[in-house]
Amino acid sequence: MNKAEKASRELAGAENLAHGDSFIHRMSPLSKLAVTVTYIAVTVSFGKYDFSALAVMALFPVIAYQLALIPVFTCFRKLRMILPLVCAVGLFNPVFDREILFTVGSLRISGGVVSMITLMMKGVFSLMASFLLAATTKIEDICASLRKLHIPKMLVSLLLLTFRYISVMLDEVSVMSCAYSLRSPGSRGVAVGAWGSFLGQLILRSSDRANELYESMVLRGFNGEFEYTRPQSGGAVSWLISAAVIALIFTARFFNLTEALGSLIGR
Amino acid sequence: MIVFENVTVAYDRGAPALHSLDFEIKDGAAVGIIGANGAGKTTLFKALTGLLPFEGRITVNSVEVAKKNLPGIRKMLGYVMQNSDNQMFMPKVSDDMIFGPVNYGMSREEAGKRADEVLGKLNISYLRDRYNHKISGGEKRLAAIATVLAMEPEILLFDEPSSALDPKNRRMLINILNSLGETKLIASHDLDLVLDTCREVMLLNEGRLCAFGSAKEILTDKALLEANGLELPLRYQN
Ligand SMILES: Nc1ncnc2c1ncn2[C@@H]1O[C@H](COP(=O)(O)OP(=O)(O)OP(=O)(O)O)[C@@H](O)[C@H]1O
Ligand SMILES: [Mg+2]
Repeated sequence: MNKAEKASRELAGAENLAHGDSFIHRMSPLSKLAVTVTYIAVTVSFGKYDFSALAVMALFPVIAYQLALIPVFTCFRKLRMILPLVCAVGLFNPVFDREILFTVGSLRISGGVVSMITLMMKGVFSLMASFLLAATTKIEDICASLRKLHIPKMLVSLLLLTFRYISVMLDEVSVMSCAYSLRSPGSRGVAVGAWGSFLGQLILRSSDRANELYESMVLRGFNGEFEYTRPQSGGAVSWLISAAVIALIFTARFFNLTEALGSLIGR
Repeated sequence: MIVFENVTVAYDRGAPALHSLDFEIKDGAAVGIIGANGAGKTTLFKALTGLLPFEGRITVNSVEVAKKNLPGIRKMLGYVMQNSDNQMFMPKVSDDMIFGPVNYGMSREEAGKRADEVLGKLNISYLRDRYNHKISGGEKRLAAIATVLAMEPEILLFDEPSSALDPKNRRMLINILNSLGETKLIASHDLDLVLDTCREVMLLNEGRLCAFGSAKEILTDKALLEANGLELPLRYQN
């Protein structure tokens, strides 16, 4: 199996998880979306040296993964290709920001190091939250909820199609690189000279396929509405829970729960 | 009834892929569409379903194929595409099968029941909860046919329905095609299948209609077939 094929299977795999059946899977998609968006917005809004307060935010995804019966580990395994990118964002902070914030024993910790860690945590937490949403909610259900919020048809269809097309594109990459390697034995990867035509072909082929997929949807009555998603039951309960979680998230933002916990224990 | 009046289709400014086609297909007819690679079979289906712009006039049950009528037209037509990979877009086979009916206002339960019936008819009930990307080429073909049958359209369009099927499934498909009373258009290189399922045949060559008539007559006319880049059905060879 080549890399692209693997990636494509994994994407489909994330979607497969969405068919699971746990308390979190059964929550109304809109309420999950609301919690996820709030969580990410709040996580990102922490100050750049606030890592102690930020640490408590880890609790939300960790608990939610438990409830969804998905091992946290799955998320990291599936996202291992983007994780380094997310972590690389703050890599240069220690170089630019050398002011010493505090010392641990003889180790002097600069603002740069702290802000780097904070940034990485923000990235990883947001990723965990988005993955959980994707892994517990079908993309169609997410789109249907967006439609309920009166987000324009155009945008929502675009989101759905992008999601579908990523897998189409990865499929094409795997087919093409397989065809390529069969005819160029012994070479590792695609030779630089062939990149241009490879990429051109890839774009043409995936847009053709994407177009045909879209045609197939239209021929079966798709008009931008999402009538075919499962009607959600228990909406009230899941909204109640979501509201409570959102309240907790804000509490964590405005009170440093880590310190509060620490002082409780310390007393 | 399907009527083509002087229909010409060209892909962006190139030479036309279909040249002024004129024909009528009566309700309940089963018409085979044959022609060499690139003859225009797929193009004909795409024009009929309003996926490609064309010159001239096409009507389906007296409704003109035009932008404002497309939802109604498409509800009448069920199109099994040449490439099933591009036809199935939902994660599971069953999701794909209820997509169409539910879009047309059927409840999920009803659509699910209908999907089960069709799967049973095609002997592929075991595919119901399988993922579309994890089934074989022939299984995908049958699943794609099932998604279209589940919509119960008035007119069925099949583009190479027997490709990728093993002999046994091909035979089953022929039986199913013969059991369907709807109007059928079947584009295929499998001339024996056409012979077994269609009373009439339409022969295309480079976008022109070369012959339209009795399947038996056209498919036994060696000279005509060879002049248009085809060969006799296997059962008539030697
Ligand atoms: N997207 C396209 N853009 C430009 N030309 C096209 C396109 N699709 C098909 N054609 C051309 O139109 C003509 C008819 O193609 P069509 O796909 O209808 O043939 P077909 O009879 O279905 O062939 P096959 O038996 O190989 O499926 C061919 O000459 C083909 O090269
Ligand atoms: Mg074709």
